[in-house]
Amino acid sequence: MQIARVIGTVVATQKHRTFEGAKLLLVQPVTLDDRPTGAAVLAVDSVGAGVHEKVLVVIEGRAAGDALGRKAAPVDAAIIGIVDQVDVHEDAAGVMSRP
Amino acid sequence: MHLARVIGTVVSTRKDAALSGLKLLVVQPLAPDGQDAGRPLVAIDAVGAGTGERVFYVRGREASFPFLPVEPPTDAGIVGIVDHWTVE
Repeated sequence: MQIARVIGTVVATQKHRTFEGAKLLLVQPVTLDDRPTGAAVLAVDSVGAGVHEKVLVVIEGRAAGDALGRKAAPVDAAIIGIVDQVDVHEDAAGVMSRP
Repeated sequence: MHLARVIGTVVSTRKDAALSGLKLLVVQPLAPDGQDAGRPLVAIDAVGAGTGERVFYVRGREASFPFLPVEPPTDAGIVGIVDHWTVE
């Protein structure tokens, strides 16, 4: 999973039927200190997230389709949580980044 | 999924049998500000998109799901035509 910030909304009338009723949001992955990293992606929202919120996104794989609750959905990214808070213990993070 | 603009078509006569009848489109990925982002790629079309339209496509084996029970060998598929998007 990745932490991302919701930056926008997308409207699409003509789409694959598994997307009917689904909310599409543009999300920008962010680093732990909240800086943008990598390319923004389009994710289906299954938790009622809104613009500016920090969210938890599953990217690629079956998990994204499962989040929509539909079988064989052609989905590769889904918002599956709204982040209240992230705590990183600097000393622990330091240990992990050592060679 | 990713935003893109359809910039062309691909014709392929000799191909995997599971791809027959499918439309192959060249798409240019777009950043949220509408600028081109990265290299164009070829995607199969599941929604009837055409050149010049802005679409969103899915990456990975999920791209073949709209065609089940046939599973065309693809890693990108167009699954929606975008009316508009907003970035705040």
